[in-house]
Amino acid sequence: MARKPKRKELFALGNEAVVEGALLAGCSFFAGYPITPSTEIAEGMAAKLPQLEEGVFVQMEDEIASLGAVIGASLAGRKAMTATSGPGFSLMQEHIGYACMAEVPLVIVNVMRGGPSTGLPTNPAQGDVQQARWGTHGDHPIIVLSASDVQECLHMTIAAFNFAEKYRTPVILLLDEVTAHTREKIVLPRPEELTIINRTIPTMPPEWYVPYEETMRGVPPMPPLGSGYRYHVTGLTHDEHGYPTSKANEISALMHRLFRKIDQFFYDIQLVEEVETEDAEVVVVAYGCVARSAKLAITQARESGCKAGLLVLKTLFPFPRTYVEKLARQCKKVIVPEMNMGQISREVKRVNNGLSRVVTINRVDGQIITPGEILKKIYKD
Amino acid sequence: MSAKEFYLNRFEIRLSGLGGQGILTLGKIMGQALALEHGFYVTQTQSYGPEARGGASRSDLVISSSPISYPKPENLDVLVALSQEACNLYFRNLKADGLLVVDTFMVEQLPTNNYVGIPFTQLAKEKLKVVQATNVLTLGALCYLLPFLNKNAAAKTLKEVFPAKIIDKNIKALNLGYSKAKQLYPDIPKKWSFS
Repeated sequence: MARKPKRKELFALGNEAVVEGALLAGCSFFAGYPITPSTEIAEGMAAKLPQLEEGVFVQMEDEIASLGAVIGASLAGRKAMTATSGPGFSLMQEHIGYACMAEVPLVIVNVMRGGPSTGLPTNPAQGDVQQARWGTHGDHPIIVLSASDVQECLHMTIAAFNFAEKYRTPVILLLDEVTAHTREKIVLPRPEELTIINRTIPTMPPEWYVPYEETMRGVPPMPPLGSGYRYHVTGLTHDEHGYPTSKANEISALMHRLFRKIDQFFYDIQLVEEVETEDAEVVVVAYGCVARSAKLAITQARESGCKAGLLVLKTLFPFPRTYVEKLARQCKKVIVPEMNMGQISREVKRVNNGLSRVVTINRVDGQIITPGEILKKIYKD
Repeated sequence: MSAKEFYLNRFEIRLSGLGGQGILTLGKIMGQALALEHGFYVTQTQSYGPEARGGASRSDLVISSSPISYPKPENLDVLVALSQEACNLYFRNLKADGLLVVDTFMVEQLPTNNYVGIPFTQLAKEKLKVVQATNVLTLGALCYLLPFLNKNAAAKTLKEVFPAKIIDKNIKALNLGYSKAKQLYPDIPKKWSFS
C-alpha cells in the first residue's frame, strides 16, 4: 500500500496563505487592483491561477471594476474573489450592495491599513470593521470574518468561500498588515481533509425555475449563466422572478428572506476561539493580530495567578452575541483592545448591556497593541 | 541538531540595515530554515518605509520551541546591524546580555565594546565581487554564531529559494561567512546557555 503523502509545509506570508486557501477552496477567478498591504495576494493569484485549466487572473483598471468582474464571474458559475485595502475597499462599496441584493457569492479580502483616505500604506490598523458591516447603503446582512495568524488565514479563506457559496452572499475577510505580512510555517491540508461547499445548482427543468423563490434555507438555487436557466439579475428590489417590483408584500418577502438566510444560521456562521475562559474573571475580547498580543498577555496573567481568559472573534459579523453575553455574565471585566477608536467595543458594550465592566484599549498610531498594554489593563482595577 | 535538542523560549533576532541590502530576503531564508528544516516555531515580521532603496529596513524573527502568540520581538537576543543608522536605532532594544553583530565596514561608531564585528560588505565586494552577497555572508556568520541554526539547513533553504544560476555563488558566500566568523571568533558559541 502506498504511503499517504506527507502534508506539504510552507514558510509563508499571511497573504500567501490566503492564496493557498482560495485555491484549495476552488477559487478559479481573481480580478483586482494591487494595493499595499494586500499586493502579495494579487501576485500569488497572478502566478498560480493561469496554471489551472480554467483559472483566470485579471488586473482591472480600478477596484470598482474589479468587484464588477468578480460578480460577473460568480454569476457565470465561478468561485471568485478580489483582494484590496482601505482605499480600494471604499470604492467597492457600491458593488458589495449589488452582490447582496442579487445574492452573488464572492469573497473580498480587505487587508486593513491605517486610514482614513490613503492613510498609512505600510502600517497596520483595524479601522474598517464597521465599514465592512455597514459600508454599503441600505439594510443588508453580511458576513465578516477575520484571522489572527498565518495558518488561520488559510482556513478562514476557505471558510469565507464556504459561507459565500452556502448562503449566496458576499463574504468579507478582514486581515491587518501584521497578519498579512508575518511569515510562519503553515501546513497545507490535504484536499480530502477539507469540507468544501459548492452552491446549490437547480435540477428542475429550466422552464420551472424561479430564480429568487422562497426555500427552507432562504437560499435559492443558483445556475451558472449560459446553462439554459434564464433569469434577470438586478440591483433593484425584485420579485421572486428577478423583475423589479414596488409591491409592499414582495419587497417585504425579499428583505426578510435576505436577513433570514443569515439569521437562522448564526450557530453555523459565528466562529470564535475561547482560551482559558471557563473560570475567567477578566476576559479579553480581541480579533486579528491583537488577539495574538492578548494571548501572550493572558498567559502571563495566568502565570501570576490572575484568572484571565480570551475570546478570539473569528466571525466579526453577524456579531457573536451569545458568546460575549455568556462571558460578560460570568466575569467582572471585559477588555476590548483594538487598533481603532472603538469599533468592536461598541458591539461588546451593546451586548454587555450593564452585565460587566467594559474597558477599551485603543491605538491608532500604526503600531500593534503590545501584550504589556493589555496586561496593564488586566491588572488595573 | 533540531528543535527537539534545543529548548528555546522566545529567542528574538532583529536583522536591520538599509533597503537594498537584502535584509528581507535574509529574514525569509533564515526563518524558513529554522521553521521547515529545524522544526522550530518561527514568526518573521518586517518593517519597511515607503521608499524602496536606501531607507531603513528591518526583519524580525521570533523563534520558539512552543507556539508563538505575539509575533513581534519585545527584547532582542540578537541584533544584526548592517548600517550605522540601524545600529543607533535598535541598540536600545537589545537585552543587556544580548549579542550585537555588526558589519564593521558600515558601522563605525559602536555603542558597546561587546560585539561581533565582521566586514560583510567588504568581504562581498572584494572576495566575491558581488555586493549583493552581503546578506548570505551574514547568514553564514549567523550559522556559526547561533548554535541552533545549522549551515546545511541554511544551504538547503538557499537552494529552494534562489534560482539555479545564482546558487553556487550563494553557497560560496554562505561558507565564506561561516569560516570568517569562525576564524575571528573561535570561542563565541560557548557564551550561549540554553535551559
